[in-house]
Amino acid sequence: MSRQSNRTTDSKKMNSELFTLTYGALVTQLCKDYENDEEVNKQLDKMGYNIGVRLIEDFLARSSIGRCQDFRETADVIAKVAFKMYLGVTPSVTNWSPAGDEFSLILENNPLVDFVELPDNHNTLIYSNLLCGVLRGALEMVKSTLF
Amino acid sequence: MTVHNLYIFDRNGNCLFYSEWNRKKQAGISKDEEFKLMYGMLFSIRSFVSKMSPLDMKDGFLSFQTSKYRLHYYETPSGLKFVMNTDLSVSNARETLQHIYSNLYVEYIVKNPVCVLGHNLDSELFSSRLDAFIRALPYYSPRAA
Repeated sequence: MSRQSNRTTDSKKMNSELFTLTYGALVTQLCKDYENDEEVNKQLDKMGYNIGVRLIEDFLARSSIGRCQDFRETADVIAKVAFKMYLGVTPSVTNWSPAGDEFSLILENNPLVDFVELPDNHNTLIYSNLLCGVLRGALEMVKSTLF
Repeated sequence: MTVHNLYIFDRNGNCLFYSEWNRKKQAGISKDEEFKLMYGMLFSIRSFVSKMSPLDMKDGFLSFQTSKYRLHYYETPSGLKFVMNTDLSVSNARETLQHIYSNLYVEYIVKNPVCVLGHNLDSELFSSRLDAFIRALPYYSPRAA
């Protein structure tokens, strides 16, 4: 009996410029369609959420990481494994709140914003808000439920 | 040596997928009731296992066996549960279930924008690939032992 041939490597490389420019075109089109920065932020968050809900399954399948034991471990996994796997960058985890329930992820070089300059009339636009939505969607799928 | 059947549940207890290859005896209740019974049992046994564990728990509930079959269980951190009943010759199906998750579920369901997560998986491609995969397993044979 022959085994099914499995795909051994699943990481498809893509041109990072294509990715950056596609994202830029997406945000530009959203700005044209909605003409309101707050609305665009909301849409980016929603799209990111839908991405995150599915991305988490791909992440779990590829990284074989089990449940994180505490919030600090979660922060480390997000920064060192997830971001590395999908965007090729490792943000730094800083600014922990005294209660240990808030932290900041600082992206030194964000692939989404290469070549991008925001004009003055879009002060309240959160350009990379898609990433926030992705994190929200992904983490919601692995939050601990009542046991 | 054989695989009897396979269930896939999501984190809310909905049965997303069920398929059987070699089932001689039915449960005597409707499919809906059977899924609820299976999920309820899994929920209780996981809770029991973690409460009564004399040591720090690593993976939790893995499988149980009777004199005729063994039930294998695999759960992802996202709450997706894979349950496979095989005969006793299969001691560890964890890798098989992990493969079903990574290479079949993620590839054909998660990455398909038309498939709505949380509902019955109605992807023909997924069903046929899963069927082919199960039949190609070294411990599968069309007749039960």
